[in-house]
Amino acid sequence: MTTTAPTQRRTALDRVVIRFAGDSGDGMQLAGDRFTSASALFGNDLATMPDFPAEIRAPAGTIAGVSAFQIHLADFDILTPGDEPNVLVAMNPAALRGHLGDVARGGLLIVNTDAFDERSLDKVGYASNPLEDGSLDGYQVVGVPMTTLTLEAVKETGIGRKDAERSKNMFALGLLSWMYGRPVEPSLRWIERKFATRPAIMQANLLAFKAGHAFGETAELAAFEVPPATLAPGRYRRITGNQALAYGLIAASTQAKLPLFLGSYPITPASDILHELSRHKNFGVRTVQAEDEIAAVGMALGAAFAGHIGVTTTSGPGLDLKSETIGLAGTLELPLVVIDIQRAGPSTGMPTKTEQADLLHAMFGRHGELPVPIVAPYSPSSCFWAALEAVRIAVRFMTPVILLSDAYLANSAEPWRIPSLDKLPDIGVRFASRPNAGDAFLPYLRDEITLARPWAVPGTPGLEHRIGGLEKADGTGNISYDPDNHQHMTLMRHARVRAIAEDIEPLEWRGDDDADVLVLGWGSSYGPIGAAMRRLRQRGYRIAHAHLKHLNPFPRNTGEVLRRFPRVVVPEMNMGQLARLVRAEFLIDTVSITKVAGRPFRASELEERIVEVMDGR
Amino acid sequence: MAAEQVSTRERGITEPGGGAAGLTRGDLVTDQEVRWCPGCGDYAILAAVQSVLPELGIPRERFVFMSGIGCSSRFPYYMNTYGVHGIHGRAPAIATGIATTRPDLNVWVITGDGDGLSIGGNHLIHALRRNVNLTILLFNNQIYGLTKGQYSPTSERGKVTKSTPFGSLEQPFNPVSLALAAEATFVARTIDVDRKHLPEVLRRAAAHRGASFVEIYQNCNIFNDGAFLALTSKEGRSANRIYLEHGKPIRFGPGGSKGVRATGLAKLEIVDVDEVGEEALLVHDEHRDDPGLAFALSRLSDGPTSPTPLGVFRDVQRPVYGEAMEEQLRDAAARQGPGDLEALLNSGDTWVVD
Repeated sequence: MTTTAPTQRRTALDRVVIRFAGDSGDGMQLAGDRFTSASALFGNDLATMPDFPAEIRAPAGTIAGVSAFQIHLADFDILTPGDEPNVLVAMNPAALRGHLGDVARGGLLIVNTDAFDERSLDKVGYASNPLEDGSLDGYQVVGVPMTTLTLEAVKETGIGRKDAERSKNMFALGLLSWMYGRPVEPSLRWIERKFATRPAIMQANLLAFKAGHAFGETAELAAFEVPPATLAPGRYRRITGNQALAYGLIAASTQAKLPLFLGSYPITPASDILHELSRHKNFGVRTVQAEDEIAAVGMALGAAFAGHIGVTTTSGPGLDLKSETIGLAGTLELPLVVIDIQRAGPSTGMPTKTEQADLLHAMFGRHGELPVPIVAPYSPSSCFWAALEAVRIAVRFMTPVILLSDAYLANSAEPWRIPSLDKLPDIGVRFASRPNAGDAFLPYLRDEITLARPWAVPGTPGLEHRIGGLEKADGTGNISYDPDNHQHMTLMRHARVRAIAEDIEPLEWRGDDDADVLVLGWGSSYGPIGAAMRRLRQRGYRIAHAHLKHLNPFPRNTGEVLRRFPRVVVPEMNMGQLARLVRAEFLIDTVSITKVAGRPFRASELEERIVEVMDGR
Repeated sequence: MAAEQVSTRERGITEPGGGAAGLTRGDLVTDQEVRWCPGCGDYAILAAVQSVLPELGIPRERFVFMSGIGCSSRFPYYMNTYGVHGIHGRAPAIATGIATTRPDLNVWVITGDGDGLSIGGNHLIHALRRNVNLTILLFNNQIYGLTKGQYSPTSERGKVTKSTPFGSLEQPFNPVSLALAAEATFVARTIDVDRKHLPEVLRRAAAHRGASFVEIYQNCNIFNDGAFLALTSKEGRSANRIYLEHGKPIRFGPGGSKGVRATGLAKLEIVDVDEVGEEALLVHDEHRDDPGLAFALSRLSDGPTSPTPLGVFRDVQRPVYGEAMEEQLRDAAARQGPGDLEALLNSGDTWVVD
């Protein structure tokens, strides 16, 4: 079965947003993920966003236990996973109840009718069956007895009912693949690979997929087509933010010609970086799952002292715990990369949800005066470059660097044009190899331009030296309580970070030259801001967008760019942290647009809120 | 492009052996004024370490001294080697990063009872469990010195200090018991004033592959003077020091009149040798795989107030963390081929847009 419905029978769409939703155990992430790969291979531009509960197996059939995966695919370049789904695949009443509110009016609901029994309806508070009581009249409802059809289809394999029933996600995937004309063969081959060690399960999944596909065809469901997008030529793959960070770190290690060391403690949503890097030991990558967050960063710092690229990965609660060691790294003046995948809320908060609320923590979250450079990726694939940039700054300026990603970037996927290796930045590292002051070696004798001290690794004869967290005399590094020296060293540590501004790309902006408003963003709000911009410009608003990839120091032309425009609007998923920094640094009265809901901005809400500012409402 | 694995060794750093000959105690002394209180036990330990290092045949540049915070943690500043004075309690973690990435180095951790057992207890037990190649010296003075005299996790119950004016309510740790329970492969105890035993134990600890843990009873003459008097006074020295020697019956006391006998499951007692005969005594075996007897020995005294074993409690071999990790890297490279960045970036499903 390689055919899809003839194109002429398919309704052409320029874009569609589909959300798969079901119980945590229903395999929605897997189905969504595979649908994404098929769409990528087909040539659409796409963006995805998984949305899963923090619990591994929340009680079955409850709204808390619903796991969802959203994909936006289009024949043009898109920037976000989409605001409202046009299509909701609901595997049970909980999925319908929990997600219907997000679906666009008139949207398509594909529902597993087998799951709508009295008990399941009751569990989520449906007094009557929404499939029968007319409450879904505003939507197009396609009811499919997916469980029954799947069981029927896989009967010949003889596997148990439980396993058989579990293949219904592949039925749904087959059905959607038919409806949207996705290529079939790659998905069949993928099922074969995935279940290679369990032939009966593999057979069941293949049969379920084929049954779903055939059902769509024979039941003559509506068929659509989203033509391939016109993307820049090159070889592409899909990549998530966390995967891109892992690859970026490996690339940085290759570029620096130094082995990579990761000290990490498992924490949502950062653990996938530890998992990914642990798979690539053939690159000389050492990973340690430390006893706690403090040990993780301590080990990374030790590795840096010993001459490796020392990295630690974490999320907010872990960043709290690492603060003291980051301070030590800053005063030892050793390169250290701290990756914080921000998640929602203070304390444990909402571990699987997104937020950008650690900016001021990264900026100031240490005792004493110790500035730390901050780098922020803005899309899943930009995480690759951000990792390279963080390592580059760390080793060039001998400083800890904090990279701020977030849960949304971490788990979202997009097509990525694979860069050619000659486009990777130069991260040359030269260890000190001989005394630098006559016969003596001064560990804090600085480079005139970068103000960095030499990196002298143990094992180098003649460069034996001691460093520590006590204030030290510039040059010798010996303990010093001299008041003038402390003043000098404090200024020096600030100057060293400020010097980085000369070494990073200037802030770019795009949009209308005579814009009334500049939208200044950072991090993952890039997509929603970009999408909102397009809509606003179509509506005739004059508007511009600049996005900060470095938050400390700011690019050297930041003030100049901001002052070019009458007003500056700063949307962020926090209570206005960048807005506060910009006000303090540039004395510009920014307008702050904030959201802390654990979810990214929707382009439409951002559009409306920017309009409110522009129209003076 | 294959990832270039350039180790620090290939960057012009010498192999062990070069320059080791001729390393003297004087080479290890820094130009920094030692700032421990006059009469502090730390001086003796510093001198002992500086006397032992030249015997190891390791060039100076391969030594790293790592410490946390506390009086003992000033130690690295006085050693003319590579050194890091870290933050409170974290020395074992930072040192794990050093030793794991650089098995060619000889890494020492200097810590105290507050640094290593209170704020840094977690890192200490995990470094021991992992068997990281570290020589960990825990200076136990049973008091907080640098913060001027609060009780520590090894202070005896009832201890009156500035923070416990009515006496401490807490059961102290027995550091040797703790290390044994943490799966340590080398555990020893010695005492600052024993000029013969201290360097002997240090030598043994340094020679051990993997994590070595040495508790050093160290007198704080300012805030806890005489804490170890039962072992250091003239009478105490002969009456209460039980020197453990591998393969020998455990005897101590004047003329070896006392001994240690096993009376049941992991239960030891002190006996008169004349009464029970030497053949009834426990023969010390450092290499027993089962740590049970070593643990029982560590429980022989409640604290350094009665006959107390000194010496090596346990010395066994287990894979060393950094070496095992290097082996994993080599295996991975042999199995998957050396890292190829181009291939990695192009892995999985890819497609071409013309």
